[in-house]
Amino acid sequence: MNPVRLTGRAALRLTRGIGAVTLFTAQGLFGLRSFYLRAFVTQLLQIGWLSLPVVGLTALFTGAALALQIHSGGARFQAGDVVPAIVAIGMVRELGPVLGGLMVAARVASSIAAEIGTMKVTEQIDALVTLSTDPMRWLVTPRLWAGLLTVPLLVGVGDVIGIMGGWLVGTQSLGFTSAAYLSNSWAYLESWDVLSGLIKGAAFGLIVAVSGCWFGMRSGRGAEGVGRATKSAVVAAAVGILAANFLLTGAFFQ
Amino acid sequence: MIETRGLQKSFGAKRVLDGVSLRVGQGESLCVIGQSGTGKSVLLKCILGLVGTDAGQVLWQDQPLTPTRRRAFMARFGMLFQSAALFDSLSVWQNVAFRLRQRLPDAEARAIAIDKLARVGLGPETADLMPAELSGGMAKRAGLARAIADDPAVIFFDEPTTGLDPIRARRINQLIRGIVTETGATAITITHDMGSVRAIGDRVALLQDGRIAWDGPVAAMAEAEPLRGFLGLTEQP
Ligand SMILES: Nc1ncnc2c1ncn2[C@@H]1O[C@H](COP(=O)(O)OP(=O)(O)OP(=O)(O)O)[C@@H](O)[C@H]1O
Ligand SMILES: [Mg+2]
Repeated sequence: MNPVRLTGRAALRLTRGIGAVTLFTAQGLFGLRSFYLRAFVTQLLQIGWLSLPVVGLTALFTGAALALQIHSGGARFQAGDVVPAIVAIGMVRELGPVLGGLMVAARVASSIAAEIGTMKVTEQIDALVTLSTDPMRWLVTPRLWAGLLTVPLLVGVGDVIGIMGGWLVGTQSLGFTSAAYLSNSWAYLESWDVLSGLIKGAAFGLIVAVSGCWFGMRSGRGAEGVGRATKSAVVAAAVGILAANFLLTGAFFQ
Repeated sequence: MIETRGLQKSFGAKRVLDGVSLRVGQGESLCVIGQSGTGKSVLLKCILGLVGTDAGQVLWQDQPLTPTRRRAFMARFGMLFQSAALFDSLSVWQNVAFRLRQRLPDAEARAIAIDKLARVGLGPETADLMPAELSGGMAKRAGLARAIADDPAVIFFDEPTTGLDPIRARRINQLIRGIVTETGATAITITHDMGSVRAIGDRVALLQDGRIAWDGPVAAMAEAEPLRGFLGLTEQP
């Protein structure tokens, strides 16, 4: 087939896809006419609270490894003592939100897609409709809001834990005193660094919840369909997070 | 009261419904029979609007079901899915009381749910179980309790007695017949069980090759030529 036509068709499909997902997100977020509080609280726990261990551990090891790297790399140009500041800025602006977001994508996008996909293939979504309940409001709205609101909190906690990881390495093996390490971390950190990271977290949380819900609701038939939906949700969430991170970083710091 | 006119539905190249026209009157109990895979479940889903149709109309009280009217219609009907389709994340009583809890306090909704569970032969000890802890037949009956929980005016049953032992099946048949006579509800039941047809049906329709091949009163079944093979094969004690 003619390559121009192929490209055109692909572009059209992409545009149509983006439009459909945007519409889905808007419907999910703003269909608040009957808000299911109980379902929302459950999702806050599922998405936020239960992701805390994995996000915390990720941040801890990342902060620690970052301190080691900066120390040995920085030693080449006599800059080993900037470790605390660089760990803090790197964690808060970039690694905290991105790695935290990716861990949440692995944990949450998959479980949302599998749960909603299973409901789809076992006719539970049809059953909801016959019981006069809109699946968008009952299933999607609570998950989107929970993702949007809890992931920034997770990122915030991860930031603190990541800096602590750096502090542990810095004080235990790199010869920093505790007070010097902490004051140096603090001294170069601006509030916009932190805030931009939290905004990224909110965007990533929404991306994770939307991917899970979107692929779950469109799950094919049978166990195979659910498996495919789950895989697609995780891949889309991860790629979406990395792409959004690039765009947001460009928008924030240029 | 409910009528379909020339319903058509294809999945890909495969035409499942090919012009289904049916009519069920107020307070009437219609049984739909047909071989496995002929599209009986699909027909119900088309009537309920869960599956879009390619052509044809669904009428309720002699008027087409528009999206707005469909909402009013939904509020008055109950549906038992072939797979029961209980919500995994809710306990049995929360499933049964799903619609009731939208307007009643929990304690009241729970009491009604336990009463409905008793009517399908499930004791109060099942109320707090999760659907995953039920056997297939128990899940089916819990689904039945959910379908009748809000005293619907129109009830759809997709194979209510499949997977039940003969004694339970007979009790469920009696229950469905009882609901139709007591509350004047309209019932459409899909079944493979000719015993069910005799117990609960006023009329029978045979779905074959995407069309209604025969449609008539239960009493006339024995003389119906298209039903002959079907009756002999699917007779159950
Ligand atoms: N969502 C769907 N996508 C594709 N094909 C479908 C779908 N739903 C049903 N079918 C096909 O439609 C046909 C009729 O299915 P249906 O479930 O209505 O059969 P049935 O008459 O209820 O059979 P049974 O008595 O075994 O329940 C089947 O061949 C099935 O493969
Ligand atoms: Mg069926």
